[in-house]
Amino acid sequence: MIDLHAALKERILVIDGAMGTMIQQEDPSEAEYRGSQFADWDSDLKGNNDLLSITQPEMIKAIHRQYLEAGADLITTNSFSATTIAQADYGMESVAAQMNRASAELAREVADEYSTPERPRYVAGVLGPTNRTASISPDVNDPGKRNVTFAQLAQAYGEAAEVLLDTGVDALLLETIFDTLNAKAGIYALRKLMRERGEDIPIMISGTITDASGRTLSGQTTEAFYNAVAHGRPLTMGLNCALGPDALRQYVAELSRISRCYTHAYPNAGLPNEFGEYDLAPEEMAEHIGEWAQSGLLNIAGGCCGSTPAHIAAIARAVAGKAPRELPDRPRAMRLSGLEPFSIVS
Amino acid sequence: MSSTATFVNIGERTNVTGSARFRRLIKEDDYATALDVARDQVENGAQIIDVNMDEGMLDSAEAMRKFLNLIAGEPDIARVPVMIDSSKWSVIEAGLQCIQGKGIVNSISLKEGEEAFFEQARACLDYGAAVVVMAFDEVGQADTEDRKVEICKRAFRLLTDEIGFAPEDIIFDPNIFAIATGIEEHNNYAVDFIEATRRIRRECPGCHISGGLSNVSFSFRGNEPVRRAMHSVFLYYAIAAGMDMGIVNAGQLDVYDDIPDELREAVEDVVLNRREDGTERLLEMAEKYRGDGKGKEKKQDLAWREWPVNKRLEHALVHGIDAYAVEDTELARQAADKPLHVIEGPLMDGMNVVGDLFGAGKMFLPQVVKSARVMKKAVAHLIPYIEEEKAEADRGKSNGRIIMATVKGDVHDIGKNIVGVVLQCNNFEVIDLGVMVPAQQILDAAEKEDADIIGLSGLITPSLDEMVFVASEMQRRGMTQPLMIGGATTSRAHTAVKIDPAYEGVVMWVKDASRSVPVAARMATKAHRQALGEELKTEYDEVRERHASKRKDKFLTLAAARDNRTPIEWDGYTPPVPALPDETPFARREASPLGGQASDQPRSGVYVFRDFPLQDLVDTIDWTPFFLSWEMKGRYPGILNDPVKGPEARKLFDDARQMLQTIVEERWLTANGVAGLFPACVVDDDIQVLDDERERTLAVIENLRQQTEHRAGVPNRSLADFVAPANNGLDDWVGAFAVTTGLGAPERVQAFKEANDDYNAIMLEALADRLAESFAEWLHRYVRTTLWGYRPDESLDNDALIGEKYAGIRPAPGYPACPEHTGKDTIWQLLDVERNTGIELTESRAMWPGAAVSGWYFSHPDSRYFVVGRIAKDQVRDYAKRKGWTVEEAERWLAPNLGYEPEA
Repeated sequence: MIDLHAALKERILVIDGAMGTMIQQEDPSEAEYRGSQFADWDSDLKGNNDLLSITQPEMIKAIHRQYLEAGADLITTNSFSATTIAQADYGMESVAAQMNRASAELAREVADEYSTPERPRYVAGVLGPTNRTASISPDVNDPGKRNVTFAQLAQAYGEAAEVLLDTGVDALLLETIFDTLNAKAGIYALRKLMRERGEDIPIMISGTITDASGRTLSGQTTEAFYNAVAHGRPLTMGLNCALGPDALRQYVAELSRISRCYTHAYPNAGLPNEFGEYDLAPEEMAEHIGEWAQSGLLNIAGGCCGSTPAHIAAIARAVAGKAPRELPDRPRAMRLSGLEPFSIVS
Repeated sequence: MSSTATFVNIGERTNVTGSARFRRLIKEDDYATALDVARDQVENGAQIIDVNMDEGMLDSAEAMRKFLNLIAGEPDIARVPVMIDSSKWSVIEAGLQCIQGKGIVNSISLKEGEEAFFEQARACLDYGAAVVVMAFDEVGQADTEDRKVEICKRAFRLLTDEIGFAPEDIIFDPNIFAIATGIEEHNNYAVDFIEATRRIRRECPGCHISGGLSNVSFSFRGNEPVRRAMHSVFLYYAIAAGMDMGIVNAGQLDVYDDIPDELREAVEDVVLNRREDGTERLLEMAEKYRGDGKGKEKKQDLAWREWPVNKRLEHALVHGIDAYAVEDTELARQAADKPLHVIEGPLMDGMNVVGDLFGAGKMFLPQVVKSARVMKKAVAHLIPYIEEEKAEADRGKSNGRIIMATVKGDVHDIGKNIVGVVLQCNNFEVIDLGVMVPAQQILDAAEKEDADIIGLSGLITPSLDEMVFVASEMQRRGMTQPLMIGGATTSRAHTAVKIDPAYEGVVMWVKDASRSVPVAARMATKAHRQALGEELKTEYDEVRERHASKRKDKFLTLAAARDNRTPIEWDGYTPPVPALPDETPFARREASPLGGQASDQPRSGVYVFRDFPLQDLVDTIDWTPFFLSWEMKGRYPGILNDPVKGPEARKLFDDARQMLQTIVEERWLTANGVAGLFPACVVDDDIQVLDDERERTLAVIENLRQQTEHRAGVPNRSLADFVAPANNGLDDWVGAFAVTTGLGAPERVQAFKEANDDYNAIMLEALADRLAESFAEWLHRYVRTTLWGYRPDESLDNDALIGEKYAGIRPAPGYPACPEHTGKDTIWQLLDVERNTGIELTESRAMWPGAAVSGWYFSHPDSRYFVVGRIAKDQVRDYAKRKGWTVEEAERWLAPNLGYEPEA
């Protein structure tokens, strides 16, 4: 089988689009979220999308299939919130592992349906950002306070990753990173886990630039973020969510200029309009992404919030036949960062 | 941009072993001042800061964690990388778990053998940190050149070959020891370091060399001039040999060329170990250079008060300091030929600096508003003198005169006030006509004042139509002034499609205050205006074209949309019966004003909350929209730590908290509210509000229904779906409410404006709005837990409330689920809102005072917010019939939702 490394050398791969928005369209009811398995759970479960992998597997598989039909090479597991930390909202910490297993199994099964020897379809196991921040205080009056520690995050990420790996994903994707310290806890856990297991599963790292300031929520610039997580030796590094393609381009270009690994990007389908809906049309979005590909910025492209199979299909058409980005040469330097990058050339 | 450097200066003041002051601050738990130490270092050019908490009396790991967590909240410090410095690995690891950037570990070594060395180095890789390796092994610390080189080469091989450490992330510290100590073996230590550096750089390609500089001059403690000279000379040679980093106090360095020749030569003799009597010679000479040994005290805070008065005014304007505005303006007036020259000279110069900084994104709106306050105070001081001289305010020098108003039927003016302030800062003369201003009054004023530009503002959707009307009136009256459009509900699309075609002059939409200045500048001069008009025409044509092509929504017939209603299983559902307690700590049950006595077996009830305690509303304020109203976008509380906006956001937040306290303590505002619950049933899309016997219909809530074609399985929703239909025998209920916290606000806002204090005027309006939302949230919860009582045990924290995680909804007329504003009329009748709370409705159905919220309550667990969106003509006709309107009237009220072009 052609592995992910080899495929990335050959062409620009397409990653799937939003899971959340697709589920929103299906609009499952409280009862559907609960399914038979959790009918008696004592808190509301509506909105706990990762749970649907257990209670509504056909719905999730159907969404995966739509993206594969649209031309995705890489689909992402429905496990954005399947950590013990994020599941605490629903009191479902004990179910997180089961969610990861179910999500990975569904994605694997559907990806295998569509795989051919010439064109395998890959599964990236999603590790979401959790709903807590290790470097931002939850209490303005006590800026030194934290509602989660590095060790707690590392533990939660490690547990989730272990299940995903056991189930046979092709890569692990730390995505929508708004606080780099959370991601560093994830990387810490993954490095330890791989060492223990004697494995080397590719890691994908995806940051989120939250607004026009060009910074992550925790305040880092693109390059500072790159420097802070490059030790994860990711197969790909990129940006997703928060911005539409027009606003995101400059940061993707920046990352593409500096990154020694493959670049991915999956922006939102525009910014939410006054009704909270994303309304960038598939063709418009694909036009942007096609231009990025043409400019040699990309190795993997796709969509985040608001994107649909139609967007992914348009993006797949737009990048088809365009040469993947080549990895740049950069002078050897110690690349440090605070909120801003700082390098000392050797 | 990435900075790169040839010699990197590491700040050393945040080190308890090196700084007595910092040690004292940490031991006394004065972390605020300790942070200032870090900030000073970064401001003084430290590119990395070293943090060390190794002190026997401290819990060093906890101190490290606390200090680094605090630094993370200070963007001006956190922008640089951190060097985590400790001799204890546990302290280093605590630090590594707190930094989001890539930092440096200082240090590890082979002192405890290879196993510990590997373990720590591997952890550095896992945490993602560069590492300082001390030239130290199992035998001891390296002192000679050869030992230094030998240990570093060994460590380099182990790190790179065995565990894959990148050479460029390795920093060797080959130990800087004190020289000129009088002990002969020490004399060559500097040379050993410099020569070892040269060899290590060559033999360990890619690595870096660092060291703690102050050690070298240790024997000259107390003689700062000599120490500074020693540091400079040592660095001069060490850098040439390849030392590229160092822990250096920039204040303890001289410029190499500034050192007196005699002293430099003596210092070079000891550093380079050039003669045996070097130490004695330097000791002799040292006394001559001793000086007072003290550094210069920092005197910054009020230093600007010593500057010339014009500079002082500029400083005060840029920093928004109003304490000296009158005093300095008076001095400037006495020095000037004419009082007007003070305005045209120093004050305008200062405001131009403010305008430039704001335009360049280096100042934020709250700062600009504070600057304007200084300006207004200064101008207010001058005006009597100007009038006395009968000097005509020279309007030829102003950039233009602008008439601004919130249009008829609308009361919202925070945004307009902000635009007014920003324009005034940029030397426009602004005549603000206030709120609810009829078109004729605006246009009369524009003609009388010979205005250059007219600016219209509005927040609620009916204001859009009013703006079109103003534009058409301008056309009819043959006016030519450019028209500027702004406000939350306005948009480029609406301006292009609706307003622009009504008026031949230039019409332009401005997104926010910062955009208003360049637009006004172009509008105000004739030549630019023409160019602007042409640009806009092309742009608007495109917008109109796109708009026309977007109108391709496919609609269901109204009947089909009703068939696809929200699927709610009514069989087996029991609507919660309202608890309707007779008496609560806040309000008593009263009869509905539309009839139906408050009987012993109540099925309806109205509760009036008069003078509700404001204190109870403070904690539940949702702050994110507050910042947004100041055009500072970002989620609270994250915005307080934003690296760019954070400092200003925090100042704004502090000011807001302070004013809130005054509002509560001095009872500036009065909060009144009313809520009622009524029997109800649904017929088609109407919710019929019934009397207690469910026989008579007291009022009808006419609802709209989503009508665009949806994917299979997605319903076409209407609020009517959430109340039980009349024909299935269930007794259901609906609620209504209205609250305000704005009583007293307009008077105070006016008083602030008259005192030339727009900052506080805007602040008060913004806070009153937030309190009203908080009151609505409180009341909704009180309805859920007590009055209706269907969720008696609910306990949600503030985040969950803001996130709307509760059961049931409170949609407000004018918002997406019920976008048509006359729904408020029904609320006003049902609850006698005006008498019970003092909130009035304008002809456009804006609430006055503006800090008010009204809406409906639905209890069904499946009820949810949605967007009605565009509707087709059959529904408009049906709605008109239900409302008793003509189709044209309905089209006017429903203009933003029409899915077709109405006949003109």
